[in-house]
This record gives sequence, structure tokens and C-alpha cells, in this order.
Amino acid sequence: MRLDWEIAKRGWRRYAAYPWATAAGVFTNTVFGFLQAYILLALFEHRSDVGGYDAADTVTYVWLAQALIMTVYIFGWQELALRIRDGSIATDLSRPLDPQRYWLAFDLGRAPYHFVFRGLLPFLVGGLVFELHYPTPLDLAAFIASVTLAVVVSLGFRFLYNSSAFWLLDIRGVMTVAITVNLFLSGMVMPISFFPDWLRTVAHALPFAAILQTPVDVWLGKHDGWGLAGVLALQVFWAFLLLGLGRLTLRAGTRRLEVQGG
Amino acid sequence: MVEPFVLWRRLVGAQIRSQLQYRASFVLDLAGSFLISFVDFLAVLVIFHNVPRLGEWSVEEVAFLYALSSISFAVTDLAIGHLDQFPQKIRDGNFDILLVRPRGSLYQVIASDFQLRRLGKAAQGLLVLGYALAALHVDWDPGRVAMLVVMIPAGVVLFSSVWVIGACLSFWTTDGGEFTNAFTYGGAFMAQYPIDIYGTWLRRFLCYIVPLGFVCYFPALYILDKRDPLGLPRFLEFSSPFVALLAALVAGTIWRGAVRHYRSAGG
Amino acid sequence: MIDVEHLSKSFVVRRGKLRRQRHVVDAVADLSFRVERGELLGYLGPNGAGKSTTIKMLTGILVPSSGRVTVAGLDPSRRRIELARRIGAMFGQRVQLWWDLPLIDSFELLRHIYKVPADRYQASLARFREVLDLDPFLHTPVRQLSLGQRIRGELTASLLHEPELLFLDEPTIGLDVVAKQRVRDFLVEINRERGVTVLLTTHDLGDIERLCDRLLVIDHGRLIWDGRIPDLKERYGADRMLIVDLERPAPPLEIEGATVERVDGPRQWLRFRGPAAELTARVAASARLVDLQIAEPDIEEIVRRIYSNPAI
Repeated sequence: MRLDWEIAKRGWRRYAAYPWATAAGVFTNTVFGFLQAYILLALFEHRSDVGGYDAADTVTYVWLAQALIMTVYIFGWQELALRIRDGSIATDLSRPLDPQRYWLAFDLGRAPYHFVFRGLLPFLVGGLVFELHYPTPLDLAAFIASVTLAVVVSLGFRFLYNSSAFWLLDIRGVMTVAITVNLFLSGMVMPISFFPDWLRTVAHALPFAAILQTPVDVWLGKHDGWGLAGVLALQVFWAFLLLGLGRLTLRAGTRRLEVQGG
Repeated sequence: MVEPFVLWRRLVGAQIRSQLQYRASFVLDLAGSFLISFVDFLAVLVIFHNVPRLGEWSVEEVAFLYALSSISFAVTDLAIGHLDQFPQKIRDGNFDILLVRPRGSLYQVIASDFQLRRLGKAAQGLLVLGYALAALHVDWDPGRVAMLVVMIPAGVVLFSSVWVIGACLSFWTTDGGEFTNAFTYGGAFMAQYPIDIYGTWLRRFLCYIVPLGFVCYFPALYILDKRDPLGLPRFLEFSSPFVALLAALVAGTIWRGAVRHYRSAGG
Repeated sequence: MIDVEHLSKSFVVRRGKLRRQRHVVDAVADLSFRVERGELLGYLGPNGAGKSTTIKMLTGILVPSSGRVTVAGLDPSRRRIELARRIGAMFGQRVQLWWDLPLIDSFELLRHIYKVPADRYQASLARFREVLDLDPFLHTPVRQLSLGQRIRGELTASLLHEPELLFLDEPTIGLDVVAKQRVRDFLVEINRERGVTVLLTTHDLGDIERLCDRLLVIDHGRLIWDGRIPDLKERYGADRMLIVDLERPAPPLEIEGATVERVDGPRQWLRFRGPAAELTARVAASARLVDLQIAEPDIEEIVRRIYSNPAI
């Protein structure tokens, strides 16, 4: 437990070391937030409800998405893949610390940093300019839980596609597909609620929705009672599934390394 | 006059050759960039699944705007996109090497790479353009055709100017590289949609301060024979080439100033 | 070839995390020296002494804070591009070649960048191929070259356009003994036979000993030695070391005309000046010797002495 805490601190510090990069990121997120807010608000010119969202919900979604984008690390992550490629993974595997546990702890240290230092400010700016929806205390607590679970699901996914480096020399192709799919099906580009019915069904059957859409919907109060418990449980399910698959690929990849003498 | 262009082609050709060495990886990259850029168009489609018009614009019209901005941006990204790595180049001290060679520094930086894999995004833009042109009923005349032809290079020059100015930031701080992303990628994102949907102050910013509104919106108004709903003067529709040239001049000046600072403040 | 008068360069450095305090650092202060055409000059100094800052000002990368500098008759910071045609530069730790491409491609590209006429280029290249034995790896991508091969490629690259003046920053760093010798021989050849003026920045005292006629030593931004190496040895190298192996360990010997520098068991190091014969006799008289040797000061020792006792 103590070790996990130390690793988490390392995760935090790794990103806290570049305050200017974070500041630049905050600026970028804010700009994108404004652009997307206006684009989506244009939908409400003649309608008051789109996919179950009203205008306030939609703008809140936009600013939450910008706030969470780095927290749940929607974009490319290849730290594990790089370690596999340059061989340092062999050292990692020889240590008594499980790599997946390491990266999970690391990410759970990183995520709060991004949430606070990259996420809060754009959201506050958005809140100053636009009318946003704010959650009830219960929804807020559920939101925190949901975001934490979302980070775990995201890490599980990232761990999986990074593991392809055990087999592929260059994972850029895999990464691009992974990012694209994640970007769209997590609801980052458009809220899943706006999708046509068939696509919405597909999206909800996949783990990506749990990375962004679920926490957003929890904040927006779109679920209550058993429904709320249900979506959180679903996130837990995806987390276990992805992490489990990650363990399998890790084992297969390790065996491959041993066979190759790498 | 021609020689710098010939040299650029040689330098860039060398980069392209080395990129093509990894054939499989390159093809995957190409496919990847094609796919990932389609996500932006999917967003447009999702929007129009929910509403028949965005402001005064129909789906074909937005597709037209989207395609042109996409193509302009993609071509810029091909030729200049590697400026995103410029902060690293400065950090490594590799910019100094360019200063010892008998060529302009900006020229050398631009000619130092070429991101062929971004062709995927350009291809995506062309496809959407094809769809838009087929679906729209444009009253083509020589003026409109000329505008369509001029739009893209003007857009490329505008985007490039913004990118170059963004890169200049690296001469002052090497951590702020992402700062320029807000303008380059943000600019591309913004130009995909009619700018009249953005709030007043943002519109003004996009027309007069960072004039990316000129990339597609005004020329598109002319080609599609639309009026700007907020009543901006019509001559703006023809101004994109001039704005592009002006932007290039500003970018060049800022670059020169930035290099001067770099050379006195210490490499 | 190079004329430097009262050259100075100061930087503003900001220390501290939040409230950045301005702090002016004098990287180079009041530097003055001349280099004639055809010289092979060594430039030496501890890290942070101001060597790279000087070179950057000579090549036009940095603009001086004050003073005058003229290289090949031009002001480097004002006529950078013109000067660039006449100088070559090689920074040992930075790669100027194109990483993923065969070595020959880099040469071709540089040829076009410098606008070298085809026939001159072919002639130059043929000479370098022969002297530096480039053929075995001419078509290998630069990233696959060994350090020695890469350095030979970089040297060629910096000389393809037949510059009058060559700046070298640590060219032999990391090379094995054989490779170092090869590079040194090459530098001697281009200097003696082709008349290329060479300014060599190095930490490698072997380079200096074997290559340089003249040495400039800089410390804390100031020139502390400018002169020929024999003069250097005479001024600072007068002390020699007599190393004696006694029959058994003993307290430091007390001999007139010598000071014991170091004792290690039965071995003692005595520093002395002047003829060795007399001293040896005195030592032999005061202790039972098994063996002895005399060591000349090496240039490292000399340089250390300069730092603690500047001549200028």
C-alpha cells in the first residue's frame, strides 16, 4: 500500500514538473471549450432538447469534457510501449512489482494533478461565461467516484494497446486506431446522447463510454437511484475486464520476450 | 528565385525518401491520419442528424466549408506541421547548426521535414469536398472557380503564418509549445464551421486578430452566394489572398525579431 | 583571419522559481586575440569557461554584448550568411548529417545548400573518400554508423565547400585511440597542405599536444594564456617529478631542493626544478633506494597550473 502511494506521488510529480506545459494546456482546453460550446449551442436555435440534453446540459458537457480530457487521458499514451520497445520492460518484469499495478498506481497519482491543475480552470472560465448545470451533493460524490473509475478504465485500455508493442515494432498505427475509436466513442467529440439511435446503442455496449460519457452524465444528474448504481457498476465491470485482458496480454508478451531471449 | 524552391524540393525529397523506407509503418500512418480526421466529419454528421440547419447553413454547405478548411489545414500540416517539434530542436541546440549554414533560418526550418503521412487528412478533405460539390448547386462562373482555386493556397499561407508565429514562442520559452496548439489546431477546428455561430467577440477575434475566418468562411460566402447574417461588408469575401499575404509578412517579421532575440539572449 | 578586440558577452539569467531574480552573468569578458591564416589553434578551458560562447560569436550564432569581432574580414553577426559560405563548423556532440539517410545523401544536400559547383564537389569528395576511407560506409544510413565513422562523415561535411576556416568543437570525444590518431592526422593534413585555418576546442590534451601550434586558454570568461606550447611548457612546466621507491616505507624525505608531493607506502613523489643528477645523488645518500624514475609534467598538470596562476 505504501509502495502504491509512493508510485502515485511519482505520477503526480512527473506532470507537476512542467507547470508551463500545463498552463499552455489549460489555455488550449479553454479555447476549444469556447469553440465547441458555440458550435453545439447552435443546435439549440430551434430546439430545446437534443438527445435528452437541454442547452445548459450541453454546454456543461462541453466544459466537463475539456476538464476531463487530460484526467482520463483520451489522447495517446505510450510510456509502456516505449519501455517494451527499448527493452527496459525486462528490468521491470524482473522486479517484484507487477507492471500493471505500477502503471495503475502511477496513473492514479497523475489523474488528480490533471484534474485540479488542468481541468478546474477551464471549467471555471466556462462557468463564468455560460450558464452551467451544477450537481446535487449526491451526484457530485457519485461524479468523483465515476471519474476515478473512468481513469481506471482508461488506464486498462491504454495498457492493452501499449502491450501490442510486445508483438509490433511500431505501435503508431494501433495507437491511432485506438485513439480515434476512444475519441469518438467516449463522447469526446460529440455527446453520445446526440448520436443516432443505432450508434448510441453500439457506444453504450463498449467500454469507451465509461471513460467520459458516464461521469458527465452522472454530473448532469441523468441517472438516479438504481440507475446511478448501475452505471457505476458498469464502470467497475469494464475496469475489471480491461485490466484482466491486460494481465493476459502481459503474460503472453512476457512469454514471448523470454522465448526471444529479450 | 527558383533555386530556393528547387533546394526545398531536394531537402524535402530526402525526408520523404527516409519516411518511405518504413513502408508498412508509413501506410499505417497514412490510414491512421485518414481515419482520425474523419472523426471530425462524423461530428458534423452527428450535428446534422439532430438539426436540419446550423445557423443559416445546410449540411452540404457546412460540408463544403469543412472540406476546404480541412484541405487547407492538411496541406499546411504536410509542409509545416513539423514545427510542433521546434521547441525540442531548440532545446537540443540543433537550431544553431542552421545558423552556420548560408541560408535563411526560417527557410531551413521549414525545409527540414515534410510529414507525408498527413496526406491522409488531405485525402479525407478531398472526399468530403467531392460530396459537397456534388450535393450543392453552385452557380459556377469564372469568378467563383477562381475563388475556389485561390482559397486553398491562401488558406495554407494563413495557417502557415499562424504556425510560424506560434513556433517563435520557442525562442522565449521551450515549455510553451502546446500554447500554439490552441491557435493551430484550434484554428483548424474553428474554421470547419461557419463563424457566425461563434459569439461576437470571438468572431471579431477570428476576423481581425488571428484572421483564420478568412480561410474559408468569406470565400465560401462568395461561392455559395450567401450573405453574412451579421452583415459584414461584402468586399471581405475577396480579401483572403491579401490577408494571407499580410499574415505572411507579419509572420516573417516576427520570426526575424524572434531570431534576433535568440541571438542576443544566448542560444 | 580572426580579429577579436575586447569582446564581451553577458547573459541575463533568471534564478528562482516564482519571483525570478535578474542576474547578469559575464560569459565572456574583454577577450582579445588574433588568428592568422593557416594557424592550427587550440582553445581550452574548463566547462562553463566561455568557450562555446566565444565560438558562437565567431560563427555568427550569437551577437556580442560589446567589443569587435572580425572573421575572414566580415562581422559575423551582421553578415552571417556571407560568412557561412567561408567557414565550416563541426560540433562534436551534435549531428549535422541527415540521420536516416545514407551518408552520401547528406553530402549531396550540403553541396546544394552551399552551392558547390559539381566538378569542385566531385574533386573534394574524391579526396575525402580517399584520405578518410569513406567508401566502406558511404551508402550506410548515418544512424547506423559507428561514432568514428560518423565523425569522419561530419568532418567531410564541414569541409565539402572548401572553407578557409574550420571550427571544431570536441571532434575526438568518445573516439578510440586509433580513430583519434586518424582524425588528428587528417586535421594536420588539411592545415599544412590545404592551408585551412583551424580553431579546435577540446578537452583532450592529446589533441593539443599533437596538433596545436598555439593555445588559447580561457577561464571564467577571460583569456589566461595565449601563446605557443613550448613557451607554455617553459613557463609552467619547469617543475618535474622524481619518483623513488625506497626499500621500506619511510616518513617524507627531507631533501634540499625538492618537496615531497605524495607518499604511498615505499614510494615517494618529489617535485624539483633543474638538473636531476645532483638531486638524485642527494636522495640516494639519505635513503636506501630500490628504484627511481623521472616524470615530465604532462599538459594536464600544466593546464591545472595555469588555472591557479594565470599568465594574463
